[in-house]
Amino acid sequence: MPEFFHRKIERNAIGFVLAIVGVASIGGFVEIAPLFTIHQTVEDAPDMRLYTPLELAGRNIYIREGCYACHSQMIRTLRDEVERYGPYSLAVESKYDHPMLWGSKRTGPDLARIGDKYSDAWHVRHMINPRDVVPESIMPRYGWLARNELRVDDLGEHLAAQRDVGVPYTQAMVDNATRDAYGQATPDSDAAAGVSERYGAATQVRAFDGDPSRVTEMDALVAYLQILGRLTEAPYKQQSTAAGE
Amino acid sequence: MDVGKQDTVTGRITTGHEWNGIEELETPIPRVVFLFLGAAFVFALICWVLYPTWPLIWTYSKGLLGFDQRATVTRQVEQAAADRSVWTTQVMDKSYTEIEADPALMHLVTETGRTLFIDKCAACHGVNATGGTGFPDLAAKAWLWGGEPETIEETIRIGINSTNADTRTSQMLAFGRDGMLQSGQIADVVAYVRSLSGLAPAEGDAARIEAGKQVFADNCTACHGEDAKGNKDVGAPDLTDANWLYGSDVQAVFTTVYSGRQGHMPNWGAKLPPLDIKILTLYVHSLKKVAP
Repeated sequence: MPEFFHRKIERNAIGFVLAIVGVASIGGFVEIAPLFTIHQTVEDAPDMRLYTPLELAGRNIYIREGCYACHSQMIRTLRDEVERYGPYSLAVESKYDHPMLWGSKRTGPDLARIGDKYSDAWHVRHMINPRDVVPESIMPRYGWLARNELRVDDLGEHLAAQRDVGVPYTQAMVDNATRDAYGQATPDSDAAAGVSERYGAATQVRAFDGDPSRVTEMDALVAYLQILGRLTEAPYKQQSTAAGE
Repeated sequence: MDVGKQDTVTGRITTGHEWNGIEELETPIPRVVFLFLGAAFVFALICWVLYPTWPLIWTYSKGLLGFDQRATVTRQVEQAAADRSVWTTQVMDKSYTEIEADPALMHLVTETGRTLFIDKCAACHGVNATGGTGFPDLAAKAWLWGGEPETIEETIRIGINSTNADTRTSQMLAFGRDGMLQSGQIADVVAYVRSLSGLAPAEGDAARIEAGKQVFADNCTACHGEDAKGNKDVGAPDLTDANWLYGSDVQAVFTTVYSGRQGHMPNWGAKLPPLDIKILTLYVHSLKKVAP
């Protein structure tokens, strides 16, 4: 009977503490247990590439400006989402996201597969004034991004911090972070070649904000947006194998 | 301190705790809470058995229902495609001319096409496909690369200056920034080019037109042609018509000649299945210029 149980447990301090620890640990176990079989739930993506320093800087701006408050980066396994945005998101795609930016609310559209959907020029115009290209948009303006010089001197430290939490950046990548960030947004410079060398030939090297003479925060953010959903081909493969079953 | 003493006001028994003469009533958790807790546990137990739940040593329990969200959504998408196959197979099998001659089929195509267009294309080209500065007006039919359905399909599939290996490539050179023309020469050619489509000359432009004609003949005809009608093989626009992708005022045309232009149409072949590209092609080809 509840009456007896309650009288007993509340009169036994040690027993009560142990009972609380026992119950609370169920919650902990439920969170930890899925990690036991993580090799089965997180897919393999050998072609998964790393964020370049410029993309990482853009990611930091994305966080700074609170983009995640209105935009998710997670296409759920629902038909309407798959038809609108593309293949559903895989766990492996967030492998190098520290912290992840899945988001939980869509005031604007999902951005998980925005990369290469629109041109750089469109993104720049849209950031400066969203109403210019999408008249019904309620997104705020982010015009200062095109004027602010990007801070690149500390990017090596950002890469080192990411490496500490498990992103496999090499020492050469950390050492050359500042140079690579400059090079990726300045295609005609000497620094540009090193970017493709270190991060793979598929890396997009161009003046994202349309002005090759300076590296702005706009360069970084557009570089980041243009890589979203394109770090690996795995989601497209997963979809076609699932369809073949 | 009397354990289990009856409180005279409430009729409840007390816990036996007493602080400054105030005694604590014994208030057990109501039974109904335990009831719901129990029901929740039973519900959880059933779910453990039916759905994927527990990590085992090498794998996780898959559940009796064999439930898998990914398989479910894949099945739903396939089912939807199968439901539409009544007419989509016709779209895939027939030629553009045949489809356009079939009003019932075209009706279905344009309905689906409009949804696709709004999802994929409207951000740049606008909901009514009328474009804007830097983004072509598809309803005006001033095609840079040709307006035949096959050409439109190709443009959607490989893009322009895109990440596709076979992309269409076009570039208006930066005649000013790269030092090929002096500012005065650019002003001359701007005046000439604007006069070609009958725009009212800006102040002082009338005198420049003659000089601009020579600059044009020396620098621009390779792509835009001697008659300035453009060249669809390289995406060079017709300069004699009323369509101005980047604006027709003196400043805009000057910027175009000075800094160059390089439009970008994304590589939709990588994102859209052939059926969607064909539907979009038919939709775009069917667009008509609506009076503003």
